[in-house]
Amino acid sequence: MNKITIREERCKGCAYCVLACKRELIRIDPERINNLGYNPAVFSNGEACTGCALCAEICPEVLIEVFRERGKVALKWQNAE
Amino acid sequence: MQKIFARPATLLDTGFHFCPGCHHGIVHRLLCEMLDHYGLRERAVGVPGVGCGVFLYDYIDIDVCEAPHGRATAVATGIKRVQPDHFVFTYQGDGDLGAIGTAEVIHAANRGENFTVIFVNNAVYGMTGGQMAPTTLLGQCTTTSPAGRDSRNDGYPLHLAELLAPLEGVAFAARVSLHTPAHVKKARRALQRAFETQLEKRGFSFLEFISACPTNWRLTPYQSVEHIEKNMLRAFPLGTYKDTGAPASAAAPEEEDTANAVL
Repeated sequence: MNKITIREERCKGCAYCVLACKRELIRIDPERINNLGYNPAVFSNGEACTGCALCAEICPEVLIEVFRERGKVALKWQNAE
Repeated sequence: MQKIFARPATLLDTGFHFCPGCHHGIVHRLLCEMLDHYGLRERAVGVPGVGCGVFLYDYIDIDVCEAPHGRATAVATGIKRVQPDHFVFTYQGDGDLGAIGTAEVIHAANRGENFTVIFVNNAVYGMTGGQMAPTTLLGQCTTTSPAGRDSRNDGYPLHLAELLAPLEGVAFAARVSLHTPAHVKKARRALQRAFETQLEKRGFSFLEFISACPTNWRLTPYQSVEHIEKNMLRAFPLGTYKDTGAPASAAAPEEEDTANAVL
């Protein structure tokens, strides 16, 4: 299963990732407020995640990490372990 | 499980001070990805101008020299001439480069100085509270043009990429946007071309990023993206206006665009 992780404590709730996700797996959680005072974006742990990394591309705070079960090589400019 | 996307190593693990929806963070990330990709971390010097991008030194783990307002290209000229083996770039906004620093950038471009100018155009003075900038769109309301910019009083938006491209010293001039993931990928390719231009010592490289400023546009981040799509891109057409090294890599096939692909 592919997945992403979002560092909610630094999220400013701009919702660019919500717009970017074609599978609608990310949403702004109105119930939670982080230390910065924003409603953070949360990942729904959906099975449908393709690991396309569009959310990570658009995140202005660079808070999203993307994991793929199996897939192509890591992007060459990324220092992925 | 393989990690395929992470924070670039050169981008320090610090929270940005930028407002929600500001595109500066993406420009910072793309810069760091390219610095990592070309292994330039130890020999890169950044020169941020005055504006929201001024805190570059807090976020990017390279040497940084602050410049007086508008003079970043003049400072970068000096650094590049003294340290020609270093990778030098300036990071300026439209109030910095488009207004007070226009003389400096035109002459640096005309001299063909071999460094890269990163120009972040959000059509207002972001840091000082949203005053009208030379790049403000006609009809756009700002704190100093509350009834909208009027060409009779305030002139027209300044198109820096088109203005600099015809100069003989300029090797690369392009304009990209950041409002969708597909545009971010295109922006990365353009930034890579700009880096290559300097590394191949072909001359002055200039890359303009169309960026959102939701706070000073008085819009939500979502509305800002719509504003860029509908208004900004009409006034500031995207594209590569000059690339002297084009034949080799411009003919290369387009990278797979995951924005529209079904995965």
